[in-house]
Amino acid sequence: MTKPISLIINGLPVQAPQGATILEAAQGAGIFIPTLCHCPDISSAGVCRLCLVKIARKKKLHPACHTPVPEGMEVITDDPEITRVRQVTLELILTDHDFNCLFCPKSGTCRLQQLVNQVGFDEDRFARLKRVAKDLPVDTSNPFFDFNPNKCIQCGICVRTCDEIAGVNALDMAYRGYDLKVSTFGDKPLKESVCVSCGECVERCPTAALVRKRIEHPTREVRTICAYCGVGCGLYLGVRGDTVVKARGDPANPVSRGELCVRGRFGYRFIHSLSRLEGPLVRAYDRIERVDSSGGRGKDGEPVTRPLVKQEGRFVEISWDQAINYVASTLSHYKGDQFAAMSSAKCTNEENYLFQKFVRTVMGTNNIDHCARL
Amino acid sequence: MAGLAAVLGSGAMTNSISELEQAACIFVIGSNTMAAHPIVGRRIIRAVRKGARLIVADPRETMLSKRADVWLRHQPGTDVALLNAMARVIVEEKLFDASFVEKRCKGFDDLRAVLLDQDLSQGEQITGVPVDDIVEAARTYATISPATIIYAMGITQHSRGTDNVMAVANLALLTGQIGKPSTGVNPLRGQNNVQGACDMGALPDVFPGYQKVDDPKVRKKFEKIWGRKLSGSPGLTLTEIFEAALEDKIKALYIMGENPVLTEADVTSTEEAISHLDFFVVQDLFLTETAKLADVVLPAASFAEKDGTFTNTERRVQRVSKAIEPLGNSRPDWMIIRDIAQQMGAEGFDVNSPEQIMEEIRDVVPSYRGITYKRIDNGGLQWPCPDMDHPGTPFLHKKSFGTPDGLGKLTPVVYIPSAETTSHEYPLILTTGRSVFHYHSTLSRKVAGLNVLGGGEYVEINPEDAALLEIGEGEKVKVASRRGTIWAKAHISKITPPGVVSMTFHYAETKTNVLTHAALDPVAKIPELKVCAVKIEREIDFSKDLVRWGAGRRA
Repeated sequence: MTKPISLIINGLPVQAPQGATILEAAQGAGIFIPTLCHCPDISSAGVCRLCLVKIARKKKLHPACHTPVPEGMEVITDDPEITRVRQVTLELILTDHDFNCLFCPKSGTCRLQQLVNQVGFDEDRFARLKRVAKDLPVDTSNPFFDFNPNKCIQCGICVRTCDEIAGVNALDMAYRGYDLKVSTFGDKPLKESVCVSCGECVERCPTAALVRKRIEHPTREVRTICAYCGVGCGLYLGVRGDTVVKARGDPANPVSRGELCVRGRFGYRFIHSLSRLEGPLVRAYDRIERVDSSGGRGKDGEPVTRPLVKQEGRFVEISWDQAINYVASTLSHYKGDQFAAMSSAKCTNEENYLFQKFVRTVMGTNNIDHCARL
Repeated sequence: MAGLAAVLGSGAMTNSISELEQAACIFVIGSNTMAAHPIVGRRIIRAVRKGARLIVADPRETMLSKRADVWLRHQPGTDVALLNAMARVIVEEKLFDASFVEKRCKGFDDLRAVLLDQDLSQGEQITGVPVDDIVEAARTYATISPATIIYAMGITQHSRGTDNVMAVANLALLTGQIGKPSTGVNPLRGQNNVQGACDMGALPDVFPGYQKVDDPKVRKKFEKIWGRKLSGSPGLTLTEIFEAALEDKIKALYIMGENPVLTEADVTSTEEAISHLDFFVVQDLFLTETAKLADVVLPAASFAEKDGTFTNTERRVQRVSKAIEPLGNSRPDWMIIRDIAQQMGAEGFDVNSPEQIMEEIRDVVPSYRGITYKRIDNGGLQWPCPDMDHPGTPFLHKKSFGTPDGLGKLTPVVYIPSAETTSHEYPLILTTGRSVFHYHSTLSRKVAGLNVLGGGEYVEINPEDAALLEIGEGEKVKVASRRGTIWAKAHISKITPPGVVSMTFHYAETKTNVLTHAALDPVAKIPELKVCAVKIEREIDFSKDLVRWGAGRRA
């Protein structure tokens, strides 16, 4: 292990690991520095200029997210001059921001909103600077999230995320000066771009520029594992009432470290699909009554119904007792190698174990397989 | 899997996903990682950003092939020829790790003889990859360490899939790029719990923990634990089950959570096989294409509605937790099986929670012995984890291989063409793949947004072929193989090379697997989903299209 660096922040002695920036050193010591464009798992760009701090014996203000700390550095993160600079910076960001915080889906979790509270601004000066919001068209082409450029603060987190986290490079900054905006190649709607809808940018956007559609805030979260592919990413399922309304990455999961793809983040919706089966179904052959008449226990040695001829029957819903009874009594006539089963790579270990045990011990055959080969 | 197990002693991924970022060279073959396993794909890209060399072998252009230092665009089904050519370069130029080969492998002389038997130019002829690229790829992989190999269904879903896997393993064994961090042979498993289903013995030839059913000692052990006489003859594999059903040898079939009517190769004969059954039970979340054919359909609960564990592709056993109660009248799969077993009077099914089942698994499967719900609550454990103090195993084969003698088996394999080749009538090769927006066949198709993004089936066709066939972008075409015909829209792009077309198999509306060939790998019994011969024709549906044109004229 390399030796930690000692420095002084606001008169407090602080220790930081080698190579840390001022921001990381301060955050490690529990000292808050406002920032909009910094995101811990991607590179810092130093574009929002809100994390400017003073360094002893240096003239200018320095961006804390971009300045590494040498041994013995003395930093001041807050004084009236710094606050004034931050306020002006914030006012400039706010001049053409689309204010409708009360109805904004990000209200309460918006970093811009938090910083307005934390840093504050000069109302008179802001009134003079204020311009009408740009009223750019909102890109609603993606089925899972919207891009509203009127709420964008050009921090570039989405651009860096798409490059560094997703490796897709669907987004970049386009145009110059006041027209600068986040754009896809050729300024096309997101759906027509190379975007894979993984939503990593949406997760990191500090404002409501990139925001999920149809937000419902969960009332509790359950940690589990994604059920799509074999990578096994960690997932938090957000539940509201008895409905799963959100999925987000589990940052503590050693495999995915908080990342998800489009299937993991948005694919949970199959859970509440309207086409889910309501109850056990049985195909009605000519004498469905025989299923019902068994009344709990099927007579051993005789199938409850004998599907001798396959015919176009309709499905009829039956109770679980009937269903279990029907399957059990019929299967008892097909023991041995005339029976086969397919287990599922979608089911849990426990279920696969129990199923193969059932096939081997109860049905007396090794005819069990699953879709590993497909 | 069978191939890897034969040469290394274990069919699982040898190394961990997180190690990928530290690799100095990554060789990806037969895996569209960014689409099928996006999070692994991201790790590969991150390694490349840090300076790792990337070699991609894929007939199709993928997001990874665009970033590759060397892209080997071989013809579908010629993997063995390509890998052998690379191995030949490694042997010929003495780039192999002689001490590793001597100490930890066997069969080198046989392999060398087979490799040197074939000329490099022959490799170029078969695969269509220039010799220079093959040489560069081989040198890069052999000389830069740590180097790792990643493969997926593009290697296994061939009639010679086991040979492909062995050829891959040969490269790693020759160069000693195995048994160390960030190296190894890493098959990416498809479904979330394929690894677990295999570990749990949902296979015809092994009991839980890969213990052979035809080994009398093993059988005795399980008979003692389960208190029942057990069959010692290996059962039928999935594809064989359907064949047996066709011959009326299988009369009852019970499917839990699978949709073979969409995913099996040559689905027409699968459907016919099902129609021969006396009794057919399907347990699923949805009334799938398969469930529609069943006699009884049992509604199961989704992963969000039950507790349990999944084992991921890097052998990590992770905890699945119940978020909500089972919807409607559905029940967790384990509960349904338990109830049926108990109804049939079976003993040993007296379980009330998945945790109880896990306790039994721990008794039976040695590599799971140290895995309890409590221990995996934070981040899971990678098997083998033989006791309660074991921290899990991030990479396998550190000191010796899992084969009986502990040696890695260098296996000479010879290139054999795919079971189906192109002909005058069926001049194109169809290879199947996956879209990033869908998974297999059922779940993702129930998500409206994913259907918007991955809207429908396209057949990807190279501009050269499209020009020859006079097909325009988005035009509906007829794709026919020797087994069936389907219709899809044409997407003209250079993603596929001339002579090759590509489709996914996610869509029930367009059953791609009507076309595919059920030629089985002789060992692993995997159908050849990646190669079949097709023809494509313009399709004008006179009944509809002409009416529409007429309407256009009126307007």
